[in-house]
Amino acid sequence: MPWFISIFLLFLMYGLYGGLVLAPADYQQGESYRIIYIHVPAAWMSLFIYMVMAVNGAIGLIWRIKMAEVVAISSAPIGAMFTFLALVTGSIWGKPMWGTWWEWEARLTSELILLFLYLGVIALYNAIEDKRIASRAVAILLLVGVVNIPVIHYSVEWWNTLHQGPTVTKFDKPSIHISMLLPLLSMAVAFKFYFGLGLLVRARKELLHRERNTSWVRELLLDE
Amino acid sequence: MNSIMEFLNMGGYGAYVWSAYGITFVVMIIAIVIPLRQHATLRKRLTSQLKRKNQS
Amino acid sequence: MNNLSLTKAFMRLLRRDLLLVMRHRSQAANPILFFVIVASLFPLATGPEQSLLQKMAPGIVWVAALLATMLSLDAIFRSDFEDGSLEQLMLSPHPASVLVLAKVIAHWSVTGLPLLIAAPFMAFLYGLPTDASWTLLLSLLIGTPVLSLVGSVGVALTVALRHGGVILSLLVLPLYVPVLIFGSGAVQLTLEGISPAANLYMLSAILALALVLTPWPAAAALRLSLS
Repeated sequence: MPWFISIFLLFLMYGLYGGLVLAPADYQQGESYRIIYIHVPAAWMSLFIYMVMAVNGAIGLIWRIKMAEVVAISSAPIGAMFTFLALVTGSIWGKPMWGTWWEWEARLTSELILLFLYLGVIALYNAIEDKRIASRAVAILLLVGVVNIPVIHYSVEWWNTLHQGPTVTKFDKPSIHISMLLPLLSMAVAFKFYFGLGLLVRARKELLHRERNTSWVRELLLDE
Repeated sequence: MNSIMEFLNMGGYGAYVWSAYGITFVVMIIAIVIPLRQHATLRKRLTSQLKRKNQS
Repeated sequence: MNNLSLTKAFMRLLRRDLLLVMRHRSQAANPILFFVIVASLFPLATGPEQSLLQKMAPGIVWVAALLATMLSLDAIFRSDFEDGSLEQLMLSPHPASVLVLAKVIAHWSVTGLPLLIAAPFMAFLYGLPTDASWTLLLSLLIGTPVLSLVGSVGVALTVALRHGGVILSLLVLPLYVPVLIFGSGAVQLTLEGISPAANLYMLSAILALALVLTPWPAAAALRLSLS
């Protein structure tokens, strides 16, 4: 079952991470930098999931494919979670490093805006009775809000910000040591599998709810 | 023994590092458990609704 | 009505909306009154110390403008939605996005424009120097249409909902934040003696984007809400 494969791979990646977190060398920042192993992958996921939602929203809007609609809305809580985690872990990391829990600067603010966008999507979807219409409304909202994504990504290049500049997602060599880069990437992959897992769980639930009055669902349930 | 204590202490930053990891871990688990339970509840509810309809 | 050119239809709609507002002048004045009252309350609350007031002015005036606009957003589509004329509009052969633009312009004339007129008075209240006052005016001039444009998408999405107002705020706020940041930031820069040009250019860019990119989603959302 795809279930078990996902779980397995997930734990595999986590295992890799567990081993590697113990390995990386010290750093100028001291040990507190290790928060990077969850902060950065979480932030990456927050952007990645939004794009997944926006694309699926567009597909649902243009071609009216139900699965696209289900995927889009099922990803929302997971995306919101990662955004929240990115903000919280970033804040915790910022306290010893920058001396403050929060700064109103470009990247932090635009990531916060992203969180509100996610929450708005969830709120809008829950407010509309007819789920097919709700999916389309949400798709419109997602597409309007997509301008925020490049803003978040390039905010550290466009403005003088407190948050450090891009070290991995540049076009030339990443300016981070390989022994630290590997666990980081491994965590990123692990988070992606987590996303897959979470998506499957929520999509099943959403699908069941949307299709509850159809015959195939009736047969499925009565077979038990 | 020493290195475990060092590990937990994280060079003085232990509180920050472990609270960050801790929150992440807890939140991510909850975020999977909740929809799983919602799904189970939904299934139960729908199944019992159907059974009632069939009996009547 | 059948052979009306797009421009004529646009102007007719614009004129109709403005006329409707003129007839309910007292209602339309609410957001402006709110703006003036809120912005006036702050100096009373925090005391008349000049330097403090000056520092607060950009943020307060802009937030008040934001809130006033948010309060008035509902009016863009609500009454037409309720009496069915919105459906009629959507059924017309003209592209809905252009008609939406007409309504947004009407909204801005009623909300943003009076804000602009009230702005110099605000500047005076907060003791802003002349150059900062001009920046305030300019930033509001460029920024308030963006608020109306972006707000129209939010209203279009929520007009059919029962508790649409709350969700409207949630939806529209994230999109308003950049305007707020650049708008009040511009005034702050002027107060510090730095040129606000960069901020104003950003605002203009946002306005251009909003003009082009918001009418279509708003029209699409309206169709959804009507169904």
